[in-house]
Amino acid sequence: MSTDQKSKINLVVNSESKPYWEGAAKGQLLIRTCNACGKAHHYPRTICPHCFSDDTAFVEASGNGVIYSYSVTRQAKPPYVIAYVTLDEGVTMLTNIVDCEIDRIRIGQKVRVKFSEAGDGYALPVFTSA
Amino acid sequence: MGINGKSYIVGIYEHPCRAALDKTLPQLHAEIAKGALADAGLSKDDVDAYFCAGDAPGLGPINMIEYMGLNNVRHMDSTETGGSSYIVHVNHAAQAIAAGHCNVALITLAGRPVADAKEGKPVRYYNQQAPDFPFEMPYGPNVTNMYAMCAMRHMYEYGTTSEQLAWIKVAASHHAQHNEQARLHDVVTVEDVVNSPMIADPLHRLDCCVITDGGGGIVMVSPEVAKSLKRTRVKVLGAGEAPKHLAAGQVDLTYSGACWSGPKAFAEAGVTPTDIKYASIYDSFTITVLETLEDLGFCKKGEGGKFVSDGNLISGVGKLPFNTDGGGLCNNHPGNRGGMTKVLEAVRQVRGEAHPKVQVRNCDIALAHGTGGLLGSRMGSATVVLGSEDA
Repeated sequence: MSTDQKSKINLVVNSESKPYWEGAAKGQLLIRTCNACGKAHHYPRTICPHCFSDDTAFVEASGNGVIYSYSVTRQAKPPYVIAYVTLDEGVTMLTNIVDCEIDRIRIGQKVRVKFSEAGDGYALPVFTSA
Repeated sequence: MGINGKSYIVGIYEHPCRAALDKTLPQLHAEIAKGALADAGLSKDDVDAYFCAGDAPGLGPINMIEYMGLNNVRHMDSTETGGSSYIVHVNHAAQAIAAGHCNVALITLAGRPVADAKEGKPVRYYNQQAPDFPFEMPYGPNVTNMYAMCAMRHMYEYGTTSEQLAWIKVAASHHAQHNEQARLHDVVTVEDVVNSPMIADPLHRLDCCVITDGGGGIVMVSPEVAKSLKRTRVKVLGAGEAPKHLAAGQVDLTYSGACWSGPKAFAEAGVTPTDIKYASIYDSFTITVLETLEDLGFCKKGEGGKFVSDGNLISGVGKLPFNTDGGGLCNNHPGNRGGMTKVLEAVRQVRGEAHPKVQVRNCDIALAHGTGGLLGSRMGSATVVLGSEDA
């Protein structure tokens, strides 16, 4: 396998991540938030990585964010865009930017979540121009 | 208890092969151990501590100690921090020797990614049980695009340019032309780098390191053992190690864990960046070097681009000679793990045994730094400061 190629989407759904993927399947971007310290984190964990409380829950994010950084993997066929997007809720997540003219993508650009099919009824949160 | 002056590097070996089609992975480890012990003037039965990382097969130290017949080992360490592991091992070996747990420590690294690919062996997959895996792998992260996002952000925040990054490759190539074993010998220009194919914006093919087989080894001993040997000894003055990660989603790609491992190593060694005559800086990509130089304090944050320009990293030309073996960018990046070769060239410089064309004059204090994992997500950073007997 060449590391230049984007491998087939193969979601790992486990007891900790299942609600996240079920939310995505319904068109919701969920982020984990701590009821004790009030802070959001990503990727989602049962125990808060900020304050170590186990009183955490998924809440629906607005789906809006800005591109923190990105790169176009040129050798892949077709080329794809990997990015870190900072959500309005303050956490930054790894994702793809899709359905855009790739040479016009910029850091600071406003983007909005959309969901791409990931098989078995699941969906993957990705972002496109807002 | 600090480690300053309490142990010495007395043996090193860099495997000359760059493609190991006719050698097994354990065999490479053993050939490297043999080479490093011969350089030190010691035998395998003198070894009472063994260090290896995730590149060693099976249960790591257990399998390798058996394979090599290291019959007197009573201290083991298999700390795995990716390519920086071997710099962490130097720190841990120094600590173990200082604490009296051992007197002769052997560290080995070996890899054969080139041969494995030719033989059609699958690349090692990242553990699906890693907690980040479900939330990252579906998006197609690979080594190059993850480092590329660091470069992209650094350019955005500080105005760093592709031409400035290219100077890092240019400097490495100037050094590699004198290394007969280097994977790439040709001197390249800034234009060559920026005109090479784009791999993952903004990193071009020549911003990337080589992929090679082989490996390297280090023998470290107590001061008492060092005095009994004929070999020029290199003193371990200080070391630091630190993880850096995505901080629960508070992502900042413009710095590395070197901002923590570096100051600790400098403090323990009792030196500052201006005392460093030679630096081995982990160079998986040009951006790795640029951010690391800033984080170690060789220049201010954001001024790395200016610092590396106009040959400032070329031995005999610039103020901070770096990676005089050609580094991972041109010489060798065995097993996709560059920390070992960083220590080896720093030792050669302090011994005065680097190639005459790149040897730094009066190189009494040198530094080696490693970045394991990914600069664009999570990494293990490690720094070691080495010196001559008088340092």
